[in-house]
Amino acid sequence: MIRFTFPDIVRGLVSGLFWTVGLSLIAFLGGGLAGFAILMARLSRNRIVSRAASLYIEFFQGAPLLMQLFLVFFGFSLLGFNISPLATAASVLTLYAGAYLGEIWRGSVESLPRGQWEAAESLALGRWAQLRLVILPQALRISIPPTVGFSVQLVKGTAVTSIIGFLEITKAGTMIANATYRPLMVYGLAALGYFLLCFPLSLAARRLERRFHAPADKR
Amino acid sequence: MPPLINADGIHKSFGGMEVLRGTTLRVDEGEVAAVIGRSGSGKSTLLRILNGLETCDAGFLSVDGERISGLERDLRRLRLKVGMVFQQFNLFPHLTAGENVMLAPRAVKRLSRPEAKSLAGEMLAGVGLADRFDAFPDQLSGGQQQRVAIARALAMRPRVLLCDEITSALDPELVGEVLEVVRKLAAAGMTLVLVTHEMRFAREVCDRLVFMHNGVVGEEGKPAELFSRPQTPELAAFIGQAGQGSAGR
Repeated sequence: MIRFTFPDIVRGLVSGLFWTVGLSLIAFLGGGLAGFAILMARLSRNRIVSRAASLYIEFFQGAPLLMQLFLVFFGFSLLGFNISPLATAASVLTLYAGAYLGEIWRGSVESLPRGQWEAAESLALGRWAQLRLVILPQALRISIPPTVGFSVQLVKGTAVTSIIGFLEITKAGTMIANATYRPLMVYGLAALGYFLLCFPLSLAARRLERRFHAPADKR
Repeated sequence: MPPLINADGIHKSFGGMEVLRGTTLRVDEGEVAAVIGRSGSGKSTLLRILNGLETCDAGFLSVDGERISGLERDLRRLRLKVGMVFQQFNLFPHLTAGENVMLAPRAVKRLSRPEAKSLAGEMLAGVGLADRFDAFPDQLSGGQQQRVAIARALAMRPRVLLCDEITSALDPELVGEVLEVVRKLAAAGMTLVLVTHEMRFAREVCDRLVFMHNGVVGEEGKPAELFSRPQTPELAAFIGQAGQGSAGR
C-alpha cells in the first residue's frame, strides 16, 4: 500500500483545487455569456422570447444542481454519447450560472427608474442604443456586488461535480481520505482550500456593496 | 400653413380607464401653448402621445405634415422632431452634464466627438450652464438639472419642445431660473407645448391656453380671455383654485 505523507496530501488537494478554480472560471465566463443572452431575451419585446428565457431561469433555479448534472451525464450516455465529467460539469454549471446571472442582471436593469428609458427614448435613441448607452452602464454598477456574491456560490457549487467523478478538490479529498483513513484532516484542508478561494471574493463583494451604496463621494 | 402638430380625435385607455376621449390639439409653428387642467384630466398622457412614449388607441396624429403611426420607425422619426423635458429631469446620472447633452447627437445624428462637444457647450451656454459642463447630475441643483435636460432636448434641434410639468419637482426658489429659460425659448420663436401648473407664467408667456377636462379639451383660447371670461363652470372653478394655490409665486 502506498503511504501518504502530509505533503502528498496537500499536493493532491492543490491539484484538485486547480481544477476547482478552472471549472469555476469556465462556468463564470460561460455563464456570463449565457446570462447576457438571457438578459437580452428577458428584455425582449417579443413575448415568446421573453417567456422562453423566464422558463429557462425557472428550470435552472428550480431543479437541484445535482439533478441537472445527472440528467446531462447519464442522459447523454443513454443516448450513446460518451460525455466526459469535465464537459458535463462545465456545460451544466455554465447553464446554471447563466440562469442566476441573467436573473441578477435583469433585477439590476429593472431597478432603474422608468424615466431613464423614457428619456433615452424621447431622444430618438433606438432600443439597442438605449440599452448600451443609458441602461447597461448604470445597471452594471448596481449588479457588480451581487454578481461577485454569486461567484462565491458558484465556486462552492463546483463541489457537486465530484459525484459524477470530476476530479476537483472535493473528489480529490474523498479519494485521499479513503486511502489515508484521515477524513477529518483531509476534508478540513479541502475546506480551507474553498475558504481561501471564497473569502477574498466575499470580502470584495462586501466592499463593492459599500462603495456603490455610499450616498456621497461616489466617484 | 398646416399646423405643426395636428392631433385629432385622440383616444387612449389604460386598462378600463379612458383617459383621453377624442382630444383634439393643433399647435402652429412658433406658437407657445400651455395645457392646463386637474390631475387626471389627461394632460400628461396627451403630451406623451405627442412624443410617441404612448401610442394612441384611435385618432390621427401628424407632426410637420407627416402622419405618425404606432410603428417603431415612425416613432423614431417623430421623436427627432419632438423634444421632451420631464418633471423628474431624468438626466443620465452616470454621465456629466456635457455628456448628457452630447449623447443623442452622437448616437442618433452621428456627430463626431468634437462636433458634439461644441454643440453641447453651445446648448449649455444657452441655458446659462456653460461652466458646469463636467459636473455630474448629482452635483447640480434641481433647477440646474432641469436646465441641462432642456439643453439635452434642444441639442437634437427639435421642431417643438414638450415640457411636462417641468417645475413641479423643484423647490420654489428654483422654479424661476427654469421658467426664465422657457421664456427665452418662447421669445426666440421656439414652438412649445407646456403642461403646467404655473398659471401666472402661462398667462404671461403663452399664446394659447388649452384647458383639459375629463379627457377632452374643454376650452381653449388666448390666456387673457380664458382667465377673465371662462365659458365653462369647470374652468372657472379650476382658475379659482389654481389662483389660490399659486399665490405667492
